[in-house]
Amino acid sequence: MTPTTRTRWAILSLTGPAYLWLACTIFLPIAAMLALSFLDKSPLVPQPANFTLQNYETFFAKGFNWDLSTKGFYGDLTKWSILLGFWVTFFCLLIGYPAAYALAKRVKGRWREAIFLLIVLPFWSNALVRIFSWTMVLRPNGVMDLSVQALFPGAPPVDLLFTYPAIIIGLVHSYLPYMILTCYIALQAIDDSLIEAGRSLGASKITTFRRVVLPLSLPGIVSGAALIFVPVIGSFMEPRILGGTKGATLGMNIEEQFTVTANWPLGSALSFILLAIVLIIFGILYPFLRRQGGGA
Amino acid sequence: MTGKTRGGKGGFGNVSRRNFVAGASALGVGVGLTPFLNRRAQASTEVKVLNWQGYGTDEKWALEAFKKATGLDVVHEYYNSESEMITKLQTNPGAYDVIVTNSAWNGRATELGVIQPIDTAQVSNFADLNPSFRDSPLLNVDGKTYGVAWVWGITAVAYSTEVYKDAPTSIEALWDAKNAKRVSVRDDAIEAVSFAAIATGQDMNHPTDLAKVKEKLLALKPNLAMLWTSEDDWNKQFQAKAFDLSVYWSGSALRSKTNFKLPVGYVVPDEGAVGWFDGLAIGKDAPNAEGAHKFINYMIEPTYYVEWATKVGAPASANPKAMAALPDSDPSKAFYSDEAAIKRLQFMAPLSDQERQDFSDLWAEVKTEYAK
Repeated sequence: MTPTTRTRWAILSLTGPAYLWLACTIFLPIAAMLALSFLDKSPLVPQPANFTLQNYETFFAKGFNWDLSTKGFYGDLTKWSILLGFWVTFFCLLIGYPAAYALAKRVKGRWREAIFLLIVLPFWSNALVRIFSWTMVLRPNGVMDLSVQALFPGAPPVDLLFTYPAIIIGLVHSYLPYMILTCYIALQAIDDSLIEAGRSLGASKITTFRRVVLPLSLPGIVSGAALIFVPVIGSFMEPRILGGTKGATLGMNIEEQFTVTANWPLGSALSFILLAIVLIIFGILYPFLRRQGGGA
Repeated sequence: MTGKTRGGKGGFGNVSRRNFVAGASALGVGVGLTPFLNRRAQASTEVKVLNWQGYGTDEKWALEAFKKATGLDVVHEYYNSESEMITKLQTNPGAYDVIVTNSAWNGRATELGVIQPIDTAQVSNFADLNPSFRDSPLLNVDGKTYGVAWVWGITAVAYSTEVYKDAPTSIEALWDAKNAKRVSVRDDAIEAVSFAAIATGQDMNHPTDLAKVKEKLLALKPNLAMLWTSEDDWNKQFQAKAFDLSVYWSGSALRSKTNFKLPVGYVVPDEGAVGWFDGLAIGKDAPNAEGAHKFINYMIEPTYYVEWATKVGAPASANPKAMAALPDSDPSKAFYSDEAAIKRLQFMAPLSDQERQDFSDLWAEVKTEYAK
């Protein structure tokens, strides 16, 4: 055996199981859903199903106000889902990046471990439990309302439950750890001597941050944003519980196609449209981000 | 998708099929074993029941009492949705004796020829049943009875007795401008469309003017405080005074009032409300039709119902004698005895796939407007 074949075998045997696992658990179900999205009947129906593009047509036919008799709703739902994704990612970055920076560059030793523990703590509880506990905080006569009343007697009642901010609060809380962890890893990898070099060459703190730290930590920001943006635009549980009538997303409609109308083909088609939207957004952002990263 | 609905025949070799099935059912894993059963294996000492799990027919004490009276063993298989029930009946013909069918689905099963007419002469308690349910066209086709009315309930209007000294009588209270931000309905397309159809004076199951239904639902927007999703959700929000008026389920309203001590009143509006009932049907080519008739008769008997209702909790019985036999302290006794209110109900009938999709799209559109 030549060294190259041996290396090839080593690569194959080391990565093979992981790829096999991914193929079985991710690729096959997604392929099945893709096939399903082109059928005219759910597999639960005993009759044989036929090929159709109807499910994709439905999205566009019922998506926009082509004529005045029907009000398209898929267009609005899609827009709201994407906006929700942007807002949640934005707030996660706004809160998460400084926290990660402090953790990577300022806090040392045992404190760092303690703070880390606090950050991952939410992961230890079930997502549904976290969201339900927010309903207790945000409702009138809830924790937040009572605290505000205690601090400022006579203040107007705080009722955030079933509002758009409530959905943002719940989702930011759920996804913030992703941003902190990815940014932390990127920031920690930056050699402190690079920052010192910038400072000793006369750059101000802000310039050093803008020209050295930020570009080098960009991969962390991008992966954090991707980890957050993708699940958030498909979210349905949080908007339903915290948003009440103000929570309407494409994810909720997809869920209903599976659980209420049993129209699996339409649900799958909508899922793939959502997936396509995510890919398009990343496709647009990719060259920009690469240039930023490369220019550092 | 699970393997539960898949058909086909198989076998377990030397394992005694009956023992295996009996053991498996006792463990609660009876679902999904149909393919391994064949008709010959079921002796006439057995009655095979298809139902939701934990819904009356599988109470241990009841099956013991039934065995004592008739010598018949009752074996269960379960479904998790009505469409799964239909699929099971289609893929395993002649496997089931008694099937619990919702009023909206009995007709569908009849149409598909998977259930057979019932010889009501063999069901001695049949004559006692409330004619509103017993003679319903949803259970009777061409003069033949395909389902024996069993239990029933209502989806109508619940209100806070702290806010309303007198019960609201009209469904229009939900739309009354006085109730801005004080109303809740369930996040459910069929229920929402049904209620708006009743409010616009249409047939609840097949409204001819969906535009009117949509308009009515859109008009609810200023009054809507929230959409509720589960009984637990409803109780919490009601307790937090998030709303005063809501479309709600009768059984749940009763529990909110008695178990959770909430100030809940319940009314069937003058315009009507949604009713549902479950029937007991006999499978086509049932292996033990005689035993099936006996079991159905036992299920509508007052003694069984009283024990079920008081020990476990049950929907209302379709047998007025069973309701009368409840102890006077039981709150459901008075709750379900308003004969005039029952007459105002419209009962859930089968919907076509197209109607289901149309209702769902309409509701999605309305909810999108609510969110604006």
